[in-house]
Amino acid sequence: MATDQGVYLYAVTRAEGEGPDGLTGVAGAPVRRLVHAGLAAFLSTVSLEEFGEEALRRSMEDLAWLEETARTHHRVVEAIAGLRSTAPVRLVTVYTGEAQVRELLDERHEQFDAVLSRVTGRQEWGVKAYAVPVPAEPAAEPAAEPVDGPRGASPGAAYLNRRRAALRGREADWRRAAEHAQAVHEALMHVAVVGRRHRAQDPQLSGRREQMVLNGAYLVDEERAAEFTRVIEDIVGQGVAVELVGPWAPYSFATLDQEGEAAHGDAS
Amino acid sequence: MTLPEPRGGRLAAEGRLPEQRVALVDLLDRLLAGGAVVIGDVVLSISGIDLVRISLRALLVSVREGDAVEGGMRRDGQE
Repeated sequence: MATDQGVYLYAVTRAEGEGPDGLTGVAGAPVRRLVHAGLAAFLSTVSLEEFGEEALRRSMEDLAWLEETARTHHRVVEAIAGLRSTAPVRLVTVYTGEAQVRELLDERHEQFDAVLSRVTGRQEWGVKAYAVPVPAEPAAEPAAEPVDGPRGASPGAAYLNRRRAALRGREADWRRAAEHAQAVHEALMHVAVVGRRHRAQDPQLSGRREQMVLNGAYLVDEERAAEFTRVIEDIVGQGVAVELVGPWAPYSFATLDQEGEAAHGDAS
Repeated sequence: MTLPEPRGGRLAAEGRLPEQRVALVDLLDRLLAGGAVVIGDVVLSISGIDLVRISLRALLVSVREGDAVEGGMRRDGQE
């Protein structure tokens, strides 16, 4: 029996401190802490009818389900990350039972340890940059042209010319913004410990009309957060709009190294 | 839909993001492309499912249904 139940894993921390207690996980189940091999796994019991592979294939396309699950997962991770260094685990990671989680903690101990060392005292910041048109010079009208208008340029031709110029301008704007976004990324990387670029969000999802040219995540020392935001303030403008989102638990930097973790692990 | 939420309170007090201000799309970028991935262990549910693609499709479909009206205006010069 019990084959219809699994455990949903939210995050792994070092086995230190207390709590957080009283958290509610996915499907309304209480979150508990499993301590093993010097690590603590936060998990809750789930029904495999809802969280088995077959069911997930469908429910991941059910936006209401997906949103509720993602927000619940996030709430649990945030509560833990507010207390201590945390390695969040990817959404809907489900095991058949606690025995398997213990095995995981044994087998991946070094890798979790490396992630936890990497994120200690640091936070993840999201920086999104969008291409925005450079405001056309206050309508390139009079000045250059005589007040009685250029002869031979019919209103229609003038319109088409403006239209073409606008299209060229938009293309140039976009390219400029992409270059600028790269510069923003590089500038942020001087302050960040490490950074990575997520795939740019579709305009339909970002909620902005402008094309997203940078969807970056940066791991930043807590004491350098102000410096980090200052970089953004300094560099903003000139064809790029920037949004700063965070701080986040270090989701984007919890990837377990498959090999060469010795290279990352700080020996001391 | 009606979960008892700690409405930002405690988290905000700790200087973290109030829950409701987090855009789902930003969250999914992190929850589906980030986080420790433990496939290859004995994970049940996520083996063999391309979660990113599935959920992205769900998001896009919901957005299209939401504003099916707007029409007109291609944003790229494609014709």
